Amino acid sequence: MKQPRVAWLVLLGVLLALSLAALGICVGSAGFENLLQPLLNPALDPEQTAMAQQIVWEIRLPRTLGAWAAGALLGLAGAVAQGLFRNPLADPYLLGSASGAALGVALALAALGGAAGMLGGGNMMNSGVAVSVFSSSVWVRLGLTGAAFFGAVFAVLLTLVLSRGVGHTLRLLLAGVVVGVVLGALTQLVLLFSPDSLQAMQAFMLGSTAFVGWTSCVLMAGVWCLCVLAAWLLARVLDGLSLGDATAISLGLPVAPMRAALVAVLALATGTAVAQTGLIAFVGLAAPHLVRSIVKTTHGHLMLLSSLVGGVLLMAADTLARSLIAPQELPVGVLTAVLGGGYLLWLMHRGTARTGSPA
Amino acid sequence: MKRLLGGLLLALGLPVAALQITDDRGVLVTWAQPPQRIVSLLPSLSETVCELGRCQHIVGVDRYSNYPASLRKLPQLGGGLDPNIELIVALKPDVVLMAKSSRAGDRLEALGLKVVALEPKSHKDVQRVMFKLGQLLEVPDTARIWRAIDAGVSAAAQSLPASVRGVKVYFEVNPGPYAASESSFIGETLARLGVQNIVPARLGPFPKLNPEYIVRANPDLIMIGQRSADGLMSRPGWQGMRALREQRVCIFPAEEADVLVRPGPRMAEAARLMARCLEAKATRALAGDRP
Repeated sequence: MKQPRVAWLVLLGVLLALSLAALGICVGSAGFENLLQPLLNPALDPEQTAMAQQIVWEIRLPRTLGAWAAGALLGLAGAVAQGLFRNPLADPYLLGSASGAALGVALALAALGGAAGMLGGGNMMNSGVAVSVFSSSVWVRLGLTGAAFFGAVFAVLLTLVLSRGVGHTLRLLLAGVVVGVVLGALTQLVLLFSPDSLQAMQAFMLGSTAFVGWTSCVLMAGVWCLCVLAAWLLARVLDGLSLGDATAISLGLPVAPMRAALVAVLALATGTAVAQTGLIAFVGLAAPHLVRSIVKTTHGHLMLLSSLVGGVLLMAADTLARSLIAPQELPVGVLTAVLGGGYLLWLMHRGTARTGSPA
Repeated sequence: MKRLLGGLLLALGLPVAALQITDDRGVLVTWAQPPQRIVSLLPSLSETVCELGRCQHIVGVDRYSNYPASLRKLPQLGGGLDPNIELIVALKPDVVLMAKSSRAGDRLEALGLKVVALEPKSHKDVQRVMFKLGQLLEVPDTARIWRAIDAGVSAAAQSLPASVRGVKVYFEVNPGPYAASESSFIGETLARLGVQNIVPARLGPFPKLNPEYIVRANPDLIMIGQRSADGLMSRPGWQGMRALREQRVCIFPAEEADVLVRPGPRMAEAARLMARCLEAKATRALAGDRP
């Protein structure tokens, strides 16, 4: 069978994302409605157009694009993790990096928010910088992202130390699970002692794009560009590593520093996504598998495609989460867990049926 | 003669006018005499017992029961959902009052304690629970106490000028965002104050909304607790909302928010807090742009 060209797949990913974005703009608290009509023909009904502009420009567009960016970051992180640890089960969740990022966010909130829940004090109208998970102030977003990044780095390093390197697959995954559980418990503990941020964090832990504004969106897009660029430059080492450490070294690749750089990319991508949208499961795991089931390619292409697929997946899930019980909302993390989990089971089943061993 | 008969019955070991209560689980609980040692694991139940004048009989509370102030000195027995069973048993209470949703009831009963599960969720429930507790604690003037509370809510409503009627209000209980709908306890109070809730009853009492819904409904006034109010202004799309632009937002400090969200005897105070908010923010400012 001839493999489809990677360029065509990239194009397909972009087109899917664009059409989903158009759909996402039309889906909201009132279910599906065609808002493109009043947006494109302002003369028809000026009042309707003004409302549509506010809703689309300030709410739906940033959160739809934000969902894409978060999904793209998670897809990229998944592909990097799977290549880096030579393990098809590695993903930001199983390695504990997402839990580490969430712990970072919780710690930052508890430390900054404290009893008052505010920096700048006074009431909200006095333009004090409010520290909240859902704030859209640039500094708050950057600070939370930084905290999530360090949390993620810490978690990955802890996992690597506990598993004594990446050599042993089972040990790596077990270490990742242990780190994830322990850091998750620590997060709960931190929240228990800062009841002011508890309620907001609870919604956050389920994963939500409800409050993604332009600040978060631009931040994620910027980090995504950075991460994709870095991953592209580091892709050679992943290709080398897939043949084993010895081969990679014999190819003259600086394995150790490049590995460290990849861990940084993994942590940055995961941390940025988690800091803006909370814990969203399975996108990072499912995206690379989906790509590999369509095309066999180098790590550079795999990472790019996984990223595009992750973006499309989360965007679709977010649109579903908004529309299923509108005007109420499902937490998108719950939806991705159900859909992604189902997909993985199907993948495993199909692999078993065809080859007699899991894919 | 009566005393003689009573003495005879006592001698025979038969209960004299035993106290009986059917709680919200439908369980019938019996006492020989009114309970003297009470443990309460739900703030609204603690407040009701105190309102009935039996505060001195409470020997332990959950960690959220913080009113009246005297309760804060009592042993804290964990949360309503995760109570510390050992501590409760050690206090030897005659009755444990708790929410129906707590899973500790069966465990405590198995340990020989008498448990009364009550779940006040609406104005009607508050009345029902109060009469039930009045009966249990043999409070002679429960009806009068209830009437005073009910009259307090009506008085708060009557204190409002007619211009407030029909003002569209959004009450946020939690930055999920979870809202208080028409069918919630808070929604009932708002309805009695004559204002309009932007969240209809069909969504359930506390629905998690798409934030866009609130922007579209464009409420005239927002009521929110201090704990959830951080970053309200910086939520995507909210700067354009009229209520925020014109600063028609009431941010209730934590103690006031407690009053507002607890279906208990302080519902008249809650109505007064909301009325005060409406009067300050919704009367003059709206008079201009309303036909």
